[in-house]
Amino acid sequence: MAGGPAPAMRRSRTAGYRPLPGVPDEMIAPDGTIRPLWRRMVAHLDALSDDDLTRDLSRADRHLLDSGVFYRQYGGGESVERPWPLSHIPVLLAEEEWSRISRALRQRADLLEAVMADLYGPNELVASGRLPAALVAGNPEWLRPLVGVRPRGGHFLHFLAFELGRGPDGEWWVLADRTQAPSGAGYALENRVATARAFSEFYPDENVHRLAGFFRDFRDALQGQARDTDSRIAILTPGPMNETYFEHAYIARYLGFALLEGDDLGVAGDRLMVRTVQGMRQVDVLWRRLDAHYADPLELNPASRIGTPGMVAALRAGSVTMVNCLGSGVLETRALMAFLPQLAPELVRAPLAMPNIATWWCGDPSARAAVRASPRRMVLADALTTRLPFDPKDDLTRAVGLPADVLDRRLAEGGGDLVAQEAVTLSTTPALVEGRLVPRPMTLRVYLARTADGWAVMPGGFARIGTGDDVSAIAMQEGGAAADVWVVSPCPVPAITMARQATAAEKRLVPGGLPARAADNLFWLGRYAERAEGVVRLMRAYHTRLAESGKAGGPLLAGFDPLFRQMGIDPAQAIPQRLLDNLAAAIGSASSVRDRFSPDAWSALHDIDRTARAMAPRVAPGDDAARALSRLLRKLAGISGLVHENMYRFVGWRFLTIGRLHERAMGTAALLAVLCDPAAPEGALDLAIEVGDSVLTHRRRFSFSASRGTVIDLLALDPLNPRALRHQIDSLREQVDMLPAANDHGALSPLAREVLRLHAKLATTDPDSLTTDALWQLRGRIAALSDLLTASYLS
Amino acid sequence: MLYRLRLSIRYDFARPTGAGRQLLRISPADLPGVQEVQQTSITITPPPVERSRFTDFFGTEVTQLVLPAGLTQIRFDMAGRVLRLADETELDLSASLDRLPQDLDDITDLGPHSPHHFLRASPRIPLLAPIADFARKACADAATVREAVEALGRALHAHMRFDADATEVDTPIAQAFAGRHGVCQDFSQIMISGLRGIGVPAAYVSGFLRTVPPPGKPRLEGADAMHAWVRAWTGAEAGWCEYDPTNACFVAADHVTIGYGRDYSDVAPVTGSMRLAGSQSGSHSVDILAED
Repeated sequence: MAGGPAPAMRRSRTAGYRPLPGVPDEMIAPDGTIRPLWRRMVAHLDALSDDDLTRDLSRADRHLLDSGVFYRQYGGGESVERPWPLSHIPVLLAEEEWSRISRALRQRADLLEAVMADLYGPNELVASGRLPAALVAGNPEWLRPLVGVRPRGGHFLHFLAFELGRGPDGEWWVLADRTQAPSGAGYALENRVATARAFSEFYPDENVHRLAGFFRDFRDALQGQARDTDSRIAILTPGPMNETYFEHAYIARYLGFALLEGDDLGVAGDRLMVRTVQGMRQVDVLWRRLDAHYADPLELNPASRIGTPGMVAALRAGSVTMVNCLGSGVLETRALMAFLPQLAPELVRAPLAMPNIATWWCGDPSARAAVRASPRRMVLADALTTRLPFDPKDDLTRAVGLPADVLDRRLAEGGGDLVAQEAVTLSTTPALVEGRLVPRPMTLRVYLARTADGWAVMPGGFARIGTGDDVSAIAMQEGGAAADVWVVSPCPVPAITMARQATAAEKRLVPGGLPARAADNLFWLGRYAERAEGVVRLMRAYHTRLAESGKAGGPLLAGFDPLFRQMGIDPAQAIPQRLLDNLAAAIGSASSVRDRFSPDAWSALHDIDRTARAMAPRVAPGDDAARALSRLLRKLAGISGLVHENMYRFVGWRFLTIGRLHERAMGTAALLAVLCDPAAPEGALDLAIEVGDSVLTHRRRFSFSASRGTVIDLLALDPLNPRALRHQIDSLREQVDMLPAANDHGALSPLAREVLRLHAKLATTDPDSLTTDALWQLRGRIAALSDLLTASYLS
Repeated sequence: MLYRLRLSIRYDFARPTGAGRQLLRISPADLPGVQEVQQTSITITPPPVERSRFTDFFGTEVTQLVLPAGLTQIRFDMAGRVLRLADETELDLSASLDRLPQDLDDITDLGPHSPHHFLRASPRIPLLAPIADFARKACADAATVREAVEALGRALHAHMRFDADATEVDTPIAQAFAGRHGVCQDFSQIMISGLRGIGVPAAYVSGFLRTVPPPGKPRLEGADAMHAWVRAWTGAEAGWCEYDPTNACFVAADHVTIGYGRDYSDVAPVTGSMRLAGSQSGSHSVDILAED
């Protein structure tokens, strides 16, 4: 600033903020003043320089990036992971207004439960003519195999979301009910963490209600549904390719529940069981994030490959509590909203406390007349659609866009297939665009969970923020961003931790059995990561030699060839494709166990992958490559540190470790077989020591230069050298012995027995007996351990 | 007519299969006034690990099984005795096609026999314009729904050729209709699509057909395998009628019912992972003999 003109008083970030005519704004009151609730926020924003604001907001972005928060987007035949689009300015709502919203939504949740109980029970609503039969009988979400099934514990619904909008009169409307498997609660949590980072000097003192209590209460409620302390609670996910898989893993980790795929589960004796490395274990509470059709190929969609045959039978037998019961998707039917207002007085003994969008089912003559009378106000859609009203895939038609005769014909011919809804407009809330606040349309997603004390409402949620200034609800199809929602109390709010309340303290959280699929992925993650490290070490040694001896190469470089062949490496590539493949495979395995894998290790793995891919086209053979590979090696060591120093020694960690030891043992055996072969070129022994990362140790243990005997001794037989074959086998033995049923009072499993034999072999042999043939044979026996492990634990 | 039924379904697997859950819908239905089951039993060889029964939404008896792992062959045998009472309806009390929507609107029932279940597309039966057009043309002169059922059934029977090798159990109806050939399942599902296309609720019936025709009558198509036909709702007064498009006749005493559904998928005789297991071969045989 020195020497420059004194800066003019900075303009407020609200300068130029103009609410749209006739559209309520969250921040600005109708008289043009800033609402009291927002004044502190605006003052905080105004007090920050542009640079400081940018720095603060980037903390939120960095957090989301570091935690790997993404969602998967499908389009054009492929799917891509997208970073979570955070709109940094939270939506502020007063506690008192929130109480009214909460009360209304609890009532609506009770109403939906009552409708569900009727549709899957006596069906009196249809029989008495209050719901049209066609709406139910023709509805693909009304699942006939579930009719007559009474849910265990008496409730069909346990976790719901509602999409709300604020209409022109300032009152809230329900835009949609989410009852199938509502998504986004985990994103709401991440939004909160990220937004709190961005406002770290501001948020703590703003009396914003915390979200953790909601999750803790729901977790405790689910544990209350469990039969005993030994039973299991799990989250069922469609798998890593699902658009919100990140969230499934996130919530599972946050709440300490197992994350399962349909294939992990089976049904035996009408009980739902999970395949674990300890055998089959019962699951008695399942939070499903899978659409019902896919849940059971036997009784629902037979084409589903991600379901569990017999799931419906388990529900029929009442052996499992499901969140929410299969069939709950029928409540999302858009045309149902035409009837809920009339049903409320009877089913919940009061009119709806919060209206839903005015809706007409066009199978009804008076509804058709209403649509014809004012097409300007109407949006038409498939009566049975369960999509959100602003889902881009939704086939919406603005009735006003249709010529009168076309509208008439559509109504006359297919009235029962159509639903008309009032074309609602939304309120606006501030979003930050290039340093200035601008009004953007928003909808609110609010979550309810059933607890022992009734419905709990998450104090917050997330807001969708539109991209432009078109406030018609269907303009939200264009996509946009998500913002945190702060429910602000006039007085300090209690701090909340996830620690259980004293009353439920006696219920110990059982780690549960490790699902066999998770164990398999951890085992392979260990293998791929170690294999990648093996490739890097070998290539680094190769390029170092290349840098020293020049392109001429010589016999020593040719001596690498058998190892390259063995490992499938093309030496012409400085960063071999093989390495990239192994990293991709490691990420693939890790992505299926994200609930068990530390977010730091996950970020580190992605970091290496990105670095290696960026290096691949640029790095030149020789010195350049050697240095690049050294960098990768340090990064790989970082992952090992994160995993092995920080991961709790659950049985899952053992499978990861066994994978790593197994792969390293095979790699070392092959390395020695090739480089310690009497026919190997000169210098091969030094190379073996280098690739085996034992240069210093060799110098210390042996005062003379390397001979076959010293190298075999150091890299095959030395129990104290962590790179030696013997060390891998000893550690394998230790880990395998601690696997379930490996050593039952001395009775060894086939796997434990074979590891013991390998141990005995290495412990009793000498360098001369470990010929090249013997080493290859050893490698083969080590490779076969994988099959024994798979047969015992992973299938 | 009293029938002795025998059904045998056999699968051979090239490789031993893993344990699997199966549902069987192969038992004759007890239908008061129409069909009385005097005796029925199902034998499974080798025996399953678990076995239980339940009744599905549409009232069909389902046998639920868990089979042991490592099977190379499995056999399901059903034996039973069923008294089938002939439906002698000759009088046409069915509604006119124009009247049918009103009759439907008056029905506020979602029980298994409600016509509302059978009006829309279902998993295996899409509503297709060419089939609806065919139905509209065939039924142009029909004064009542029952006449329309018969007209469409006859037209399809004339249009399509019975060919046991032309289609598979999973062949889409569009393909069977375009190829103008198929088995009872194709004939029935196409007819159902046509009826629904003109607003007539229509269900799929799975069952058996007597093997040896009554003296002097020709042997019917489909008698040596499980059979399927169509059930159509003809209005509030006349209710349901059943028609066999494969043989172009209304259903009377020659047909024995297992159950109803929206299409084949609701009443498939065998449902379960077995159908997904590698290479396999299967066979099934049926014997339905009249006892008197």
